[in-house]
Amino acid sequence: MPVLAKPRSEAGSKGMSGCFETIQAYALRAIGIGERLLPKTDITLCEQMVLIGSGLIWNVYFGILATGFGFWFAVCLSLGRASPLAILRMAAASFVFLFRGSPLFIQFFFAYEAFVLLPKIGVTLDLGVFVIDASTGWLTKAWAGALFVLFCNTAAYSSEIFSGALQAVPNGQIEAARASGMTKFQIFRRIMFPNMLRLAWPAYMNEAIFLFHSTTLVFFSGFPAWRQEGDALYYASYFAEKTFNPFVPYPIVAGYFILITLVIIGFFSVTSTYLNRSVPQQRRVKPRFRLLRSR
Amino acid sequence: MFTVCTDPSLLSGFDWFACYLTTPKHLTFFGSFFLVLLLIVVVAPLALGLGFAAAVASRSGSPFLSLPGRGYVALARGVPDIVFFLFVPIALDQAFEYLRYLMICPDQLGGVWQGNDFIVCSAAKLPLSTAAPIWHSVYGFGLAVISFGIVFGAFAGNVLVGSFKAVPIAQIQTGASFGMTESQIFHRILVPQMWIFALPGLSNLWQILIKATPLLFLLGLQDIVYWARELGSSKTGIYAYPHPDWRLYYFGFLLVFYLALTAVSEAAYKRLMVRLSRGQGTIASVGKATLRSGF
Repeated sequence: MPVLAKPRSEAGSKGMSGCFETIQAYALRAIGIGERLLPKTDITLCEQMVLIGSGLIWNVYFGILATGFGFWFAVCLSLGRASPLAILRMAAASFVFLFRGSPLFIQFFFAYEAFVLLPKIGVTLDLGVFVIDASTGWLTKAWAGALFVLFCNTAAYSSEIFSGALQAVPNGQIEAARASGMTKFQIFRRIMFPNMLRLAWPAYMNEAIFLFHSTTLVFFSGFPAWRQEGDALYYASYFAEKTFNPFVPYPIVAGYFILITLVIIGFFSVTSTYLNRSVPQQRRVKPRFRLLRSR
Repeated sequence: MFTVCTDPSLLSGFDWFACYLTTPKHLTFFGSFFLVLLLIVVVAPLALGLGFAAAVASRSGSPFLSLPGRGYVALARGVPDIVFFLFVPIALDQAFEYLRYLMICPDQLGGVWQGNDFIVCSAAKLPLSTAAPIWHSVYGFGLAVISFGIVFGAFAGNVLVGSFKAVPIAQIQTGASFGMTESQIFHRILVPQMWIFALPGLSNLWQILIKATPLLFLLGLQDIVYWARELGSSKTGIYAYPHPDWRLYYFGFLLVFYLALTAVSEAAYKRLMVRLSRGQGTIASVGKATLRSGF
């Protein structure tokens, strides 16, 4: 009998110090640092929290880089859509339609196949900025390929928001700027761009939140997790599979994402105060929550 | 399918493709597009009903109704929907099996949770292991429909809460001054007028729903993504129709399918909006201003 009881008491004695060891072993597991083997048996709550949190590194990585770069591309796209050149308008509008009109899930699959297959059959694809051929194998890795898809996706959605905001810039301000002799670039830089940001900010916050949520799709669609280095949901589904108990790992992911959402809301409220600094108080654009974004 | 197809190795060119695209597996692939459409058509009214119930509950004066209503609607915002899609079907499945366990074999040896495993007696399994394969698919599809309904019900609830608030207060006051009861105001004024405000949000939700349908694949259903991967992967000479890795083209086809679905939905939405705006006293019906969906 005492022999039987032993493993139980050992598991019980893990406690706080055991959790500290788990953090040392697995906190950076998602980027390949620390213990190689994932826990297989006697999975503790601490292990689930730490590993899923470690996977969150990828979600934050995709989220920040895709919104960071996507923002500027989105500004270019919305300028393209307002351009007097028909060909620019067409190009920008079709890019937006392509990425807003199809599921992100399918985009991931399609992009992965394209990045894998095209170099293999000797097709080189000239994207203007760079060329996809045999030397671009790194695009089949999630860190680059999935980031590229997320970047295009968020740029398309954001440009829709920015286009709307550009049209809502008060005309009087532009007339005043023209009257005071500003060049076209100066008008854009000093009048249109700040106004556009201010008007688009609440909607753009929603876009940022949903982009972070979309990052959970990366390791479920096409791009394989290399050496079991995946994102939060990747580890959560691993635990759900190993423990046959979805009631612990998925709520942990949900909890982490609620935290991320709160951080994003905090960031956007602070920046919104800055963007609206020259606007009379009562007309300030309040950040509002809307649930309007598709993948 | 056709008589010429009896020996595929003799075929070439157009005949080969005609035969290749009409193999039984391809017919199943084409059939699975109807599965996607079926899912959308079944989920939309379910989600609308749930969302309406949640919106009405969250407006209730009693905290026992308003708190669950608000909580349900708010939950959809902070948590990525894909987490729900991975979590809810397993949870539902276990809940159903647990209920059946209570009814059929409550005195099962060792209970349902044995260590980390969830085990019910074979008579309580859903669907029964003796059931025809079709029932396994139907059950899986049913779980998917309920999960989609729950998630999109929360989204729809969010939209409807906003549109209830958008009904001009003067309308409600007029109703009250005519001596209408609360329920009369609700039925005769609030609900009929709210839909026009809800329509942009609901149309957006429809687009989100369309783009969420590839997630069926994650639930283990044999949907279009499953078949695109299956049929597109390279086939060696032992198959009747050998071909290299064609997944890129299959996913390209899915991409076109979704783009077409989006375009058709947008056109239908514009027509519907024009119809419903008649006599509403909004800019759309009174002025000639172009419709901007606002999102």
